[in-house]
Amino acid sequence: MKHYAIKYLREEVIPTPFCSGCGNGMVINALFKALTELGYEDLRNFVFCSGIGCAAWIPSPHFKADTIHTLHGRAIPVATGIKMMRPELNVIVISGDGDLAGIGLSHLIHAARRKLGIKVIMVNNMIYGMTGGQVSPTTPRGIKTTTTPYGNIEKPLDVASIMATMKVPYVAKWTTYHMMPLKNSLKKIINTDKFSFIEVISQCPTNYGRNLGFRKPFEMLKWFKENSIPISKAKNMKEEELEGKIIVGEYLNQIE
Amino acid sequence: MIKIRICGFGGQGILLAGEILGAAAMIEGKYSSEIGSYGAEARGTTTLSDVIISDKKIGFPVIDECDILIAMSQQAFNANIKFVKEDGIIIVDEDLVKTPENLKQKVFKIRATKIAEEKFVRVVANMIILGYLAEKTKIVSIDSLKKAIKSRITRMIEANLAAIDEGAKLASEKEI
Amino acid sequence: MGEKYFIQGNIACAEAAVIAGCRFFAAYPITPASEIGERLSELLPAVGGKFIQMEDEIASINAVIGASWAGAKAMTATSGPGFSLMQEGIGYAFMTETPCVIVVVQRVGPATGQASKGAQGNFYQSRWGTHGDYSAIVLAPNSVQEMFDLTIKAFNYAEEYRTPVILLADELTAHIFEPLEVPEKIEIKERKVAVDYSEPFFDSKDPLKAPPMPRLGIGLNVLVTGSTHNEWGYRATSDPMIHRKLVTRLYYKIEGNAKKICEYELDINDGSKIGIISYGCSSRSAYGAIEILSEHGLKISHLRLKTLWPFPDWAVKELSSKVDTIIVPELSLGQLVREVERASYDKTKIISLTKVGGGELIRPQEIVEIVRRL
Repeated sequence: MKHYAIKYLREEVIPTPFCSGCGNGMVINALFKALTELGYEDLRNFVFCSGIGCAAWIPSPHFKADTIHTLHGRAIPVATGIKMMRPELNVIVISGDGDLAGIGLSHLIHAARRKLGIKVIMVNNMIYGMTGGQVSPTTPRGIKTTTTPYGNIEKPLDVASIMATMKVPYVAKWTTYHMMPLKNSLKKIINTDKFSFIEVISQCPTNYGRNLGFRKPFEMLKWFKENSIPISKAKNMKEEELEGKIIVGEYLNQIE
Repeated sequence: MIKIRICGFGGQGILLAGEILGAAAMIEGKYSSEIGSYGAEARGTTTLSDVIISDKKIGFPVIDECDILIAMSQQAFNANIKFVKEDGIIIVDEDLVKTPENLKQKVFKIRATKIAEEKFVRVVANMIILGYLAEKTKIVSIDSLKKAIKSRITRMIEANLAAIDEGAKLASEKEI
Repeated sequence: MGEKYFIQGNIACAEAAVIAGCRFFAAYPITPASEIGERLSELLPAVGGKFIQMEDEIASINAVIGASWAGAKAMTATSGPGFSLMQEGIGYAFMTETPCVIVVVQRVGPATGQASKGAQGNFYQSRWGTHGDYSAIVLAPNSVQEMFDLTIKAFNYAEEYRTPVILLADELTAHIFEPLEVPEKIEIKERKVAVDYSEPFFDSKDPLKAPPMPRLGIGLNVLVTGSTHNEWGYRATSDPMIHRKLVTRLYYKIEGNAKKICEYELDINDGSKIGIISYGCSSRSAYGAIEILSEHGLKISHLRLKTLWPFPDWAVKELSSKVDTIIVPELSLGQLVREVERASYDKTKIISLTKVGGGELIRPQEIVEIVRRL
């Protein structure tokens, strides 16, 4: 019997080029589990748009679906054009933190303002992985990268909070440690016709974990686990206590 | 080829007057063009509309000198009087523009804005002038002006059409 | 004879777009192109089309690309600063063979320059604005009538050759009011759509023809990428042969059809020793000069380009073979003149007449003066 995920994959491009231990495979797994549980036999009705970077390679070319691999940062405008002309299609953007929170941030903000029914999955590995580990807009303070050899002096952008502030109908943040709740969130946004946003904190063992002294991908997942605080609990905590923590959960849910 | 410059300040319908004149000429089967220019502010600065009417296809549509100058503000008149040919015609709104005594050109003065205010609404002063111009110079017919108005204006059509007639009436009454 | 309207160039462009089948328009407001979007925001909803004002020109061109892949004839309109921002997206459209129309109303630059004033400084940018190897179709209207006619043509070329087409207008042609006669019969080209795998989506047996564009959402699993790709869209980022094959095809698809694409007015006056080569607003200056000179009994030959790119070398050569001197008037410090110098015979003397700033057109008298001094 074939693996359950094969029906969603272009077999000729497997294995993926992702580094061993990369979180991308886990995001793919969560998404395909969600699709399977929702009963999708194929991805005929989906269009996946992605930008440039490691996370943008998740759908393109791996998904057996219509996949538009756009310019760096421009997946959302392309998705906007598609969704406006073909509203019956399920248009999903999958890209990274550099793509969506760096070069393409203004498009994300404006998409959140317009609330056209596209869905955005931001795989946040907190680093520019493909180009060799430079600091990204979501890199935590103090982290050494190839362009912050003395440690990052800038504060990271909390994109999920921005989306929640903008009253995006569905906003959630998880890490690759939180596979079950991530899958459940994905099921919700696949099924909705409203604009929605999921941030997945993901591990880049090659270019991020290495700088933090994690030798194995598993150590990063453990770090995600230990540093995550559920949003319900975080609401009663002080800012100092939350410094450096990952606040996970549903930031906003107006689709159920 | 006749070159007409219509000038005044923003909000007087200078550009619309130029468009109507150009459209009226087209309706008569002539070639015509209109180029407008205006200040950065939407209201109050000098506005120009240059119209060319010709029996031949118009090559270069920008005018260096004009046969007819219509001025609806003193500032616009002062700035543009130097472009009028010596045998040209000048039409001014006499409540808004004082003209020097010694002009070589033929000068026609009408109280377009005042009459528009009294009989219709202020904004149709431009159409009173067009009606006057058409009757005086025959460069286009009153009928063509009215057709042009009907094809382009959606608000206050009646007032605009009546203003054309009013202008034509003034022109036939007031002989120089 | 069709209906006649006395309208502005930008409005003629918007009306033509809808007639050509445009059903998606995304743009960012910019002088002197804004009227095109304003008009389309009114026209498109009435015909089931979509209008969107995007957050910037980068978003605009990318939304146009998305809409085109969704099956719509799509357009954007801008001026110099916005055109500069769009360049990466235009490159993506070339690379992915995405039909679309980009209207550029040229204004004084560089940078913000003089926003409401006309210029012709985007001649080379319209051809080589984005990085890498490709060929572009660029059309240049010089009247309200051509703002209409060439917009239709731009859509037809975009669909026929599956490529972005640039309509390079200028402030004069965009803002002037002139009579427009809408032809009774207008030829409209429709997109060749792939609904199965009988032909590759990114290759063509006939190098002069564009491949069909696959339809999304019907299970074709279309792969679109701005990276180098093979005939089915699979990325091939280190294979030299795949890249050479792809960009050579993209280049030849346009250049190989140059004779079909290029349109120009070539008015050769027998016995005339002087020629003018012009396009856009400066061609109107040339018309004015030719009129004045003919009144003085001096005949001038004139090549007026309606297609700027591909560049019609052969037309320049033809004029060059008939005259001793060619005058090239343009509202830049000399762009078109370089192509004329390249394409003309060495024996022909080329005189560059340039002017920049303030939107001042070249006066016919300036051309007349040059002729007098010859």
